[in-house]
Amino acid sequence: VNFKTDSKLEQILAAGHLAVTSECGPPRGSDPEVITRKGQLLKDHVDAVNVTDNQTSVTRLSSLAACIHLKLMGVEPVLQMVTRDRNRIALQSDILGAASFDINNILCLSGDHQVFGDCPDGQNVFDLDSMQLLQTVRHMRDNGKFISGDDIKRPPRMFVGAAANPFAEPFKIRVPRLAKKIAAGAEFIQTQCIYNLERFEAWMSGVRDRGLHEKVYILAGVTPMKSLGMARYMKKNVPGMDVPDELISRLAGVPKEKQAEEGITICLETIARLKEIKGVSGFHIMAIEWEEKVPEIVERAGLFPRPKISSE
Amino acid sequence: MIVGQQKPLEEIWMMIRDMRKVLVLGCNSCVAVCHQGGTKQAEILASLLRMHATQAGVAVELDVMGIERQCEHEFFKPAMDAVAGADAVLSLACGVGVQFMAEKFHTTPVYPALNTTFLGAVERPGYFTEKCQACGNCVLAATGGICPVARCAKRLLNGPCGGVSNGKCEINNELDCAWHLIVERLEALGRLDDYEKLFPLKDWSKDRAGGPRTFKIEGFLP
Repeated sequence: VNFKTDSKLEQILAAGHLAVTSECGPPRGSDPEVITRKGQLLKDHVDAVNVTDNQTSVTRLSSLAACIHLKLMGVEPVLQMVTRDRNRIALQSDILGAASFDINNILCLSGDHQVFGDCPDGQNVFDLDSMQLLQTVRHMRDNGKFISGDDIKRPPRMFVGAAANPFAEPFKIRVPRLAKKIAAGAEFIQTQCIYNLERFEAWMSGVRDRGLHEKVYILAGVTPMKSLGMARYMKKNVPGMDVPDELISRLAGVPKEKQAEEGITICLETIARLKEIKGVSGFHIMAIEWEEKVPEIVERAGLFPRPKISSE
Repeated sequence: MIVGQQKPLEEIWMMIRDMRKVLVLGCNSCVAVCHQGGTKQAEILASLLRMHATQAGVAVELDVMGIERQCEHEFFKPAMDAVAGADAVLSLACGVGVQFMAEKFHTTPVYPALNTTFLGAVERPGYFTEKCQACGNCVLAATGGICPVARCAKRLLNGPCGGVSNGKCEINNELDCAWHLIVERLEALGRLDDYEKLFPLKDWSKDRAGGPRTFKIEGFLP
């Protein structure tokens, strides 16, 4: 097989393995140890680690710098890049900067609105949207050109991903929106956290009806609930999140000190059910500020050890 | 039309309190429609400022008048003497009118009584909504007549973000999600398939990014 990139994630997916990715949020400070500690926790149990880009619009250490820290310690990073804060000059520049460190995966996002973060009075950029960023990275990689049409010396070789939220409204465009992201250049998808399995299955059925699962690798997103409070918060306050009442009452039915354990159990049951869905190519495990639980989830879900690829 | 909102009285007072003779000048086009900048509002504002001056023990003479538009030379004729006789003008026009006056009357201070807020419509009496950002490169043909540049908080050109719930924007649950409206409208027009057409990178050089814009009709007047 000829790969357009040196991405380990791409090679694992292409070999037909269920891929496992996780996530690492950079610190609100310049201590690299916060990143390397999370990297060390995840290193042997996942194929790649996403690094969020000023998530929820709260200013943090840059995604690119954190990706470099991970890369240097032998962890495969997925550079998350939002279009909220940078125009097309800065986006292309950071893509090249990442490529210079052989960061081989990028996740193209629009980004949360700045009103949710620590600079609600700031300007937003949105020169491009997430679809246009996908097109831009693919153009840079496949055609070796900048947006301007000028040649790039040593183009970036990145495996290009996008997010999908099967639960957001309007529902009638959820499958078309995935098709549009694929048309824009997405090669892998990481979904929003899945709690409503019936709705996710309905979405996947629509995805398969159009054969989209054969055009893109879909990594199903899961986030273990740490507590009843977290579940309630996500249901009520996180836009686009679908947390069914049954899950809330299940957590409410166990004593407080057992809720975290129950959250892990629910997460494992979810993964087991997702494994049965045709078109699911892997899992994106987002344990928010609970990274230490990822190895346990991966092992108990039967996803360990991770496959080795030949170039390693 | 252009919508504006009067600034807080205290802020206006701070601008003019050192002046002895101020012309409070209404603008009777756009900003009069939204009940903020017409002659009537100029009179009310002047009364409030007079009370403020009395309380502060400061003598400020406030004259009031209004003209049709403060953004066109021909409407200024009736106001020329009043402007000439004033230490300063407190303009209730939009930012266009204030600047037009500042250029026209080079040695007279002109202060803004309004914050110019947006280009909008009169949704119903007393309720105004933003519809256009004058981006200079209209996209409405592709989006069913609903503008994502002006009405999406992220000005996304290819569809809604994940934050929409119940058809409302994540930043304010009283705000319609522009893309929700666009999708509904495309469906009503029998064009839902058009949603999948990728909108190319936008040419923002026609927008503010390209610097101040001008428009000249060739051969219109000598």
